[in-house]
Amino acid sequence: MYRKKGKFTGEGVIPYSGEGSTVTIEGAAVCTQTGCAYTGNEAVAYAAKQCNVDVVSAYPITPQTIIVERFSEYVANGEVDTKFLAVESEHSAMSACVGASLGGARVFTSTASQGLALMHEVLYLASGLRCPIVMAVVNRALSAPINIHGDQSDMMGSRDCGWIQLFAENAQESYDLTIQAFKIAEDKGVHLPVSVNLDGFTVSHATESMKACADEDVHKFLPPRESLFKVDPTTPISVGGMALPEYYYEFKRQQEEALQLSKLFVNRVGKEYGKMTGRRYGYLRTYGLEDADAAVISLGSTCGNVRSVARTLRAKGKKVGAIKLWMYRPFPREELFSAIKDLKALAVMDRAISFGAPQGALCSDIAATLLNTGSDIKILNMIYGLGGRDIPPSTINTVFTDTLRAAKTGKVKERINYLDVRE
Amino acid sequence: MTQKPGWRELPIGGHLHEPGSSLKYKTGPWRTYKPVLDKAKCTKCLLCWIYCPEPSIDRTNDGIEINYDFCKGCGLCASECPVKAIVMVEE
Repeated sequence: MYRKKGKFTGEGVIPYSGEGSTVTIEGAAVCTQTGCAYTGNEAVAYAAKQCNVDVVSAYPITPQTIIVERFSEYVANGEVDTKFLAVESEHSAMSACVGASLGGARVFTSTASQGLALMHEVLYLASGLRCPIVMAVVNRALSAPINIHGDQSDMMGSRDCGWIQLFAENAQESYDLTIQAFKIAEDKGVHLPVSVNLDGFTVSHATESMKACADEDVHKFLPPRESLFKVDPTTPISVGGMALPEYYYEFKRQQEEALQLSKLFVNRVGKEYGKMTGRRYGYLRTYGLEDADAAVISLGSTCGNVRSVARTLRAKGKKVGAIKLWMYRPFPREELFSAIKDLKALAVMDRAISFGAPQGALCSDIAATLLNTGSDIKILNMIYGLGGRDIPPSTINTVFTDTLRAAKTGKVKERINYLDVRE
Repeated sequence: MTQKPGWRELPIGGHLHEPGSSLKYKTGPWRTYKPVLDKAKCTKCLLCWIYCPEPSIDRTNDGIEINYDFCKGCGLCASECPVKAIVMVEE
């Protein structure tokens, strides 16, 4: 079960070449794909449908509702033979997912914000019991005050739950990552739950043109689930046993190793998916880092804005770059370091406040990545977009201006910048 | 005492693939007070056998016997015994 440590060779860092989102892979016979117009939510529901999910247990919550609604339509129309469980809360939704997953089923669910918070307890059971559940999290602000719009406070609040956490930039990536998520989660070398995060409204409700694979290609890519173990009356097992001080720690150490090793599978599946579709995935995607002095790193939908502004600035001769992190947990420390080590300054975009912490959650991870490396990259932390506050190109432009200044002067003015907040 | 297994050797997720393995885990050492039966007073009413949550009261041909391998010393049997045939004694 536990393999020798893989070599981290910087694989999984995918540079943008040219303007398009596709990556040409030499010698790959890319499958036929249909152009379609889907919102992020519809793209996720469609992907789950093509993945032949056995059980969906979910509870609707804005802005995720449409995922569950679409999927329940597929069930009602007889387009899938999925067992759809309409439960009374997200706590029950995730509990049912855990049960079904332990029974050997391919399981999907989705939630957002307060729903994820209500699931929090059961998220740890899903990872601790090694259930390869796939969940779409449509990132939304947490109460109070009540707000239904996008930010990433929900997943950041549950970031230590032991799940693999992927972030999508748009509808296409939401679709692609959902299909990959099942293959990653269910691999016998992983056996862990995966969350696919998409920004509330910006991705979940915006209709975009994208490409979808044919059902048979998805089926070929993702064969029926085979489980290492399952709850089955013919071969009884006990799950959820107690482990007191003399054993608990060993189980947690084992779980951490599994999560860290899962990154090899994330990259492998991203490569395989790239061979099938021409869209290669990995841990992170870089733009302009070959010669950049200053760069901006972000998660989710903001990455598109950042890249667009970087492109404009590069056309004016500014040495800037952009980094999109697809995989947040496990954190791709080595690969990220190899990508950013030659920068002079890096702005880290956090769409959540880590209350009382020295900086935002992503920024803490970047700081830890640079720890003991001797690196002198200036780090600027930007908190932005809380509760769905818009993040226009003009704001990103000021981020690049500040980062370029830090790169030039070697000085960082503010420890944390709260972008576009009224003073 | 043999060395306990390291994290690489434990079954993943803590799933137990061998039924009845809890028999190997003796909970007797948890006990602070030990139930002691006075067979002369015992009326064989079996209330202790019904109430014992473990269950660590075994039925025998001539009444009951306390299984000290698993009895955690909760004292329910002593509390329920209508004739005070069981008393709790500090270990």
